[in-house]
Amino acid sequence: MIFRYTVERIFQSLLVLLVLSFLVYGLIGLMPGDPIDLMIQSDPNLTAGDAQRLKAIHGLDQPLFERYAAWLGNAVQGDFGYSRNHRQPAIDVIGDRIVNTSVLLGLSLILSLAIAIPVGIYAALRPYSKTDYAVNLACFAGISIPPFWLALLLIILFAIVLGWLPAGGMMTIGDGGIIDRLHHLILPVVTLTIASVGDFTRFMRASMLQTLRQDFIRTAQAKGLSMTQVVVGHALRNAMLPLVTIIALSFGRLFSGGLITETMFAWQGMGKMIYDAILGNDYNLALIGLMFATALTLIGNFLADIGYVWLDPRVSLTDRERSQ
Amino acid sequence: MLRRFLQHKMAVLSLVTLMLLALVSTGAPLIEGLFGLDAQAENLFHRSQPPSLAHPLGTDEIGRDLLARLLHGGRVSLAVALAAALASAVIGTIVGLFAGYYGGRFDAFLMRFTDGVISLPLLPLLIVLAAIDLSKLGLPDSFTQSENVSLYRIILIISIVGWTTVARLVRAETLTLKQREFVRAAVAQGATNGRIMRVHILPNAVSPIIVATTLSVGNIILFESVLSFLGLGIQPPVASWGNMLTNAQELIWSAPQLAVWPGLLIFVTVIAFNFLGDGLQDALDPRAID
Repeated sequence: MIFRYTVERIFQSLLVLLVLSFLVYGLIGLMPGDPIDLMIQSDPNLTAGDAQRLKAIHGLDQPLFERYAAWLGNAVQGDFGYSRNHRQPAIDVIGDRIVNTSVLLGLSLILSLAIAIPVGIYAALRPYSKTDYAVNLACFAGISIPPFWLALLLIILFAIVLGWLPAGGMMTIGDGGIIDRLHHLILPVVTLTIASVGDFTRFMRASMLQTLRQDFIRTAQAKGLSMTQVVVGHALRNAMLPLVTIIALSFGRLFSGGLITETMFAWQGMGKMIYDAILGNDYNLALIGLMFATALTLIGNFLADIGYVWLDPRVSLTDRERSQ
Repeated sequence: MLRRFLQHKMAVLSLVTLMLLALVSTGAPLIEGLFGLDAQAENLFHRSQPPSLAHPLGTDEIGRDLLARLLHGGRVSLAVALAAALASAVIGTIVGLFAGYYGGRFDAFLMRFTDGVISLPLLPLLIVLAAIDLSKLGLPDSFTQSENVSLYRIILIISIVGWTTVARLVRAETLTLKQREFVRAAVAQGATNGRIMRVHILPNAVSPIIVATTLSVGNIILFESVLSFLGLGIQPPVASWGNMLTNAQELIWSAPQLAVWPGLLIFVTVIAFNFLGDGLQDALDPRAID
């Protein structure tokens, strides 16, 4: 049953990815300029006849759907076209970028959870106390602060006023050791963590609070267990269940936050690449970047759905479907 | 209900703050006249000045008065966010109402579509939508060249992706409401589908719509400001809090003080809308456990 559900969801996700890829392909075509115009601009010797011929060679005189079909045909074979600005195949550009983005998003996700889980539990154990209100206020502040402004403030404080940390980039030219790279990672990771930790903390608190109201917790307390034993041994696993779902569902938002952070700190990740590609009319690269981001969000949704069923034996699939 | 709202101190404080912000930014021309400020006047001899009597918050990099620009920026940012939130709420309500009321395949299709929109990577997509060349869509030049087109565009693209939360909430509410006795009674009396949705279901689904819309305003301001900051949203010379920070980033070494005020105002506005939404949720939906 679970197996069948999993396979079904995989096909569903692929179908959504297919539909979205067509949508994104169409949107990219509506961006300013077109590749041939750009070629003409950079080479004044091209005549109108040359331009027509180039359009025919690249299939740009075809209707949208046929161009998309051709692109898709190449894409499934791993050919995503040539990046205009990087002067190499688009697929070769993204390798390093994926690694850099994963490092940034991964570290920040781990840091967020390392803060959110204990703080959320702590607040849930003292609901409506002064500490709880303070945590809540801090969470709202983190959620509401514009990430790009936060990045600006951190750069002003730590790079300009104090001079402790670099204002951006991946490493110092001529250095590039592990310490130097970590040094460059601090501000981006902190920015992204502040932007995402509030939601996780609020969610952990709510989930823990709800779990602590349940009967099996009262039973555990009645057995004479200490509060620590009750929380760690009984409540935590149950309270973590919805958090797992939320983490998986937050991939897309994390990526959006990553785009801002990467752009602000010149961190060479996928987000900055997409932004540069869109602004630089690098259609093929923008496409592959957007497809990657879409796939990432879909994988997150898929993991959330599947994880929910796998982790919680009480959930029957019919329930899940009914609740949707 | 009002008592519950008033108990939420942060929400009340937020409401007061927002009303104050709305007041001073709608009254921007009045305030300018009163204090002799001008958001447009450039003065290259008074670039990046510290606060003074003539310029209460100082001047920006081309000598325009910062306070006056902040007020004008607030007008734009608030108007755009409210319009986009309202448009999203309308789209979401219609989708949710129809999906929940008619059910079946129609519902399944609409909800899969909603899921699809939710799974889009929001910010990259908004950047693409903001970068689209409107003349390629066949819109007349008189429209694409006009000064306010960046305002309409940002309202439109945010509503295109922003309606999903309200749609899901309204659908869920509709699903339960249509089983209730008073709706069945209306059906038995021969009321048309349109009338049942309008008169019997929608008024009872208003609370979640209000809460979700209020909460969405904060998010929309964040998206608008980041797009404007990246140069893709509100276009200068129209000021918005986001695009005021674009130049601040370039001047971060020479005039870091320019980066403080616009960001602070975005922050205060967004946090106020979030607290207001939280307070409204407590007041309107006491069953929800936090």
